[in-house]
Amino acid sequence: MHKPTISRRLFVIVNTLVLSAITLLGIIPFIHLLSISLSSNTAAMAGEVRLWPVGFNLDAYRYLGEKVEFFRSFRVSLTRVVLGTAVNMFLVFITAYPLSKSNHQFKFRTPYVWFFAITMFFGGGLIPTYMIVKNTGLIDSVWALILPGALNVWNMVLMLNFFRTIPKELEEAATIDGAGHWRILWRIYLPVSLPSIATIGLFTIVGHWNAWFDGILYLNSPDKYPLQTYLSTLIMSINSQMTSISIEQIKAMENLSEKTLRTAQIFMGALPIMVVYPFLQKYFVKGMTVGSVKE
Amino acid sequence: MRTLKKEYLLHLMLLPGVIVTLIYAYGPMAGLVMAFQQFEPLAGFFHSDFVGFDNFRYVFELPDFKQVLWNTIVISVFKMILFLLVPLILALLLNEVTRRWFSRFIQSAIFLPFFLSWTVLGGVIIELFSLNGPVNGLLGSLDMEPIMFMLDNHWFRGIIIGSDVWKGMGYNMIVMLAAITGIHATLYEAAEVDGAGRWKQMIHITLPGMAPILILLGVLSLGGILNAGFEQILIMYNPTVYEGADIIDTFVYRLGMFSQQFGPAAAVGFFKSVISLALVAVTYYAAYKYNNYRIF
Repeated sequence: MHKPTISRRLFVIVNTLVLSAITLLGIIPFIHLLSISLSSNTAAMAGEVRLWPVGFNLDAYRYLGEKVEFFRSFRVSLTRVVLGTAVNMFLVFITAYPLSKSNHQFKFRTPYVWFFAITMFFGGGLIPTYMIVKNTGLIDSVWALILPGALNVWNMVLMLNFFRTIPKELEEAATIDGAGHWRILWRIYLPVSLPSIATIGLFTIVGHWNAWFDGILYLNSPDKYPLQTYLSTLIMSINSQMTSISIEQIKAMENLSEKTLRTAQIFMGALPIMVVYPFLQKYFVKGMTVGSVKE
Repeated sequence: MRTLKKEYLLHLMLLPGVIVTLIYAYGPMAGLVMAFQQFEPLAGFFHSDFVGFDNFRYVFELPDFKQVLWNTIVISVFKMILFLLVPLILALLLNEVTRRWFSRFIQSAIFLPFFLSWTVLGGVIIELFSLNGPVNGLLGSLDMEPIMFMLDNHWFRGIIIGSDVWKGMGYNMIVMLAAITGIHATLYEAAEVDGAGRWKQMIHITLPGMAPILILLGVLSLGGILNAGFEQILIMYNPTVYEGADIIDTFVYRLGMFSQQFGPAAAVGFFKSVISLALVAVTYYAAYKYNNYRIF
């Protein structure tokens, strides 16, 4: 190694500064949100809070502990994540298996692949999809959030490509021992694919946790809303309040709204992901690079 | 007959997926007939009257539609360019960081918003840019007038574009970093022997080495040019900024769900789907030709 030149050293310093600034850009908004939720309502409304709580108190969180809507929607979200992920993963798994076979092993593979692939590129759009969900009687049921997206074709393709990397010898040996497809799938493919299942599973869990629009669309009664849908009603209501009124009115309205409570709820909606995120990140990164970079 | 017996289990495994896909993916495609109907919810697809292209004509002649189409294209073109440029610069800068823990930390921080929902991020953005939020506080301390970011068509579009780039830049950055790590170390060693500094190495080795992935990402994003970010805009906009931020998807949503104009709404959706499909087909073919990219 040469001794670093002056310009190189200068670059390293500037680079570190720039990247640190961008890092802050990723974190500061959430610190700000947390600080508001921990501040007194008056300080929050006056816009005095920056990165440190002003008039520190836990009132918002204490109030949140008694708030029925929040906990009800939190429970709906948990149900949705558990049920939805189970259905998604099961379908991805059993659908990817036959399609990972060669045309020689499975004669009808190609038509099936096209059948699924087309849906990745063309869809009916919002209104016809809504009508179908309505006609199949799912409106206002948690299944409306699960069944329409029960088979994620993109995840299935990832899974299928992973299956193909499993050595053929494993399967041949099992076949000789008398195992059928069903047994091969659960006894051989399942244990070997755990890393891949973990990656896809994590993406699925995060997807279900974060989804909110289908709740707005398909659920009529707010007491069935998952957490993110409930949060979206809070956010969209403040946003529509802001329209066609004077600045004074906006200021008055902000004084009325419980800003600390709202930010506390938003923060709690993000918290589960923020807590597990650092541990999951490496899986995501691995899964993503596998999925997007192809040789 | 023998193959059928051998393969019946494979068909059986596909059955649940096929049924779900038939109903919820192909069903809506069939439901697109309503774009050509005077659709009555009570009568359904089968008993509503056909009106030919009247819905399309009606929508295209709406004064708002041109603006909506224009907004969609402007917003997504800006997003597409920034989604290549910003992560590229970040990846190049990050590649120069030699301390591993620091690099890891930055990656995590940049990646974080990607995993949060638009409800959370929308809440954060609205709070940041509100009239007495921190951004206006900063302007105030610089002796500038407060700006109503969320009610101003000019600013709001920038916030939409900027916040989406903020949310998504970590993803492409990781993909690009992976591409950089894939470049052979021997190339850099050879360049160093030839006396090329870091800058020259970047220009002559790193950037050309990344060209395939850059072109691939760019080409593939073209297929989504009519998707300007539905959930994001829906949660952040309000009637005052419809003029600058209303996109095809939000327009369809309001037309269908609030005005109950199912036929016209389906027609706009159909228009969008057809254009998108054509673009996807072309770009996918281009990606295949250039980069041998396939998904199956």
